[in-house]
Amino acid sequence: MSSIGTGYDLSVTTFSPDGRVFQIEYASKAVDNSGTAVGIKCRDGIVMGVEKLIASKMMLPGSNRRIHSVYRHAGMAVAGLAADGRQIVARAKSEARSYESVYGDAVPVKELSERVASYVHLCTLYWWLRPFGCGVILGGYDRDGPQLYMIEPSGISYKYFGAAIGKGKQAAKTEIEKLKLSEMTCREGVIEVAKIIYKLHDEAKDKAFELEMSWICEESKREHQKVPEDLLEEAKTAAKTALEEMDAD
Amino acid sequence: MTFTIPIENGNGVKNAEADSQRTLYPYVTGTSVVAIKYKDGILMASDMGGSYGSTLRYKNIERMKAIGKHSLLGASGEISDFQEIMRYLDELILNDNMWDDGNSLGPKEVHNYLTRVMYNRRNKFNPLWNTLVLGGVKNGHKYLGMVSMIGVSFEDNHVATGFGNHLARPILRDEWREDLSFEDGVKLLEKCMRVLLYRDRSAINKLQIANITEECVTVSEPYSLKTFWGFSAFTNPS
Repeated sequence: MSSIGTGYDLSVTTFSPDGRVFQIEYASKAVDNSGTAVGIKCRDGIVMGVEKLIASKMMLPGSNRRIHSVYRHAGMAVAGLAADGRQIVARAKSEARSYESVYGDAVPVKELSERVASYVHLCTLYWWLRPFGCGVILGGYDRDGPQLYMIEPSGISYKYFGAAIGKGKQAAKTEIEKLKLSEMTCREGVIEVAKIIYKLHDEAKDKAFELEMSWICEESKREHQKVPEDLLEEAKTAAKTALEEMDAD
Repeated sequence: MTFTIPIENGNGVKNAEADSQRTLYPYVTGTSVVAIKYKDGILMASDMGGSYGSTLRYKNIERMKAIGKHSLLGASGEISDFQEIMRYLDELILNDNMWDDGNSLGPKEVHNYLTRVMYNRRNKFNPLWNTLVLGGVKNGHKYLGMVSMIGVSFEDNHVATGFGNHLARPILRDEWREDLSFEDGVKLLEKCMRVLLYRDRSAINKLQIANITEECVTVSEPYSLKTFWGFSAFTNPS
């Protein structure tokens, strides 16, 4: 659904007559054009996966990370303008470090998401700044257990048990809703996320993609890290087989 | 640590605030740390005492800590400065881990970082009042080095700080050999620590031995050495 702003969309400090800020909505479009990022909250942790669309065959696999560690116990998956995303991740790292410096303990995920959200929102308040063209899925594990937050270019941050941003977010959300997340372990979650990403990747529109996944769970000692190679390979094979079964019918 | 620009009035007097922030003397200090290379890695020993001048005030201070996956740091000197160094290193290791690229800082890199920190602080006349021992194993290479509070830094097969330099190193020069087994290494370190216990007034009989190999870092539970005081000169001092 696109509507032309006609004059009310030139600045982020201008409201339209029906109460919308068009610049923020346009920023969200930048997120919608990028490869899908998915995050789910399983019984014992968080799993995040990104559909990394490969721009050029000459790129080395494993480069252009879309999922970043923000602190030992938290990570962010970024969708949208990559450079904007880098700025948000840097800010999150800095907030987490300053919290530990002042309070002596790892930053609670809720607090971190609020700080990041307010930073993103800051850039929607002044005409000389543009909004961030990227959305972020923040997953972390603190003393309240695993938590998943999503921060949009408008500066909104909500807590989710399943979140998706980017091209295939509608399809991803439908798939996530089918899962029984409260009973799933992270090991199973990794396979499911891989299946979802492979399913919603559109072979016709975009060529190749690389799957990047990370988790924070009991198995990773509550630290954010890349999913181990062997489990990742297992997930990719399972996802490809599931796709073939679907195509076969 | 803030850096205030010294204000010069007619007498050339500097900003009093800047002076009050420089380290002038140590307050709570740890005594010697002794470390040796052995067949599988590094063995390091230190006692658990923190002296407040001539009083042995704190008897449960861990003066050896693991740094990342590959290094072990032992410190003597001002305990609060050691805690500050641990904060710097925690940040260093955290940033290194967040790259998540399969690389991790090895003992040589950590030693170099510490040398830079210590030397630069010394140049500002605001030293971290410690002598640090940094040992570790990475990719099969054993590394053992030392940095002092004035930034002097070197590597060797066996190092010691403080009184350990005078009492332990002569023993190590005679008895250290390449490819010591774990048991022989511990025996050698205990021999050095026993001499230090007898002769260093700031040593206490509660020590830990830390072991770092390619696979893991362990700091032992505290234990004490057997001592013998039954000399006739003590029973009949005349």
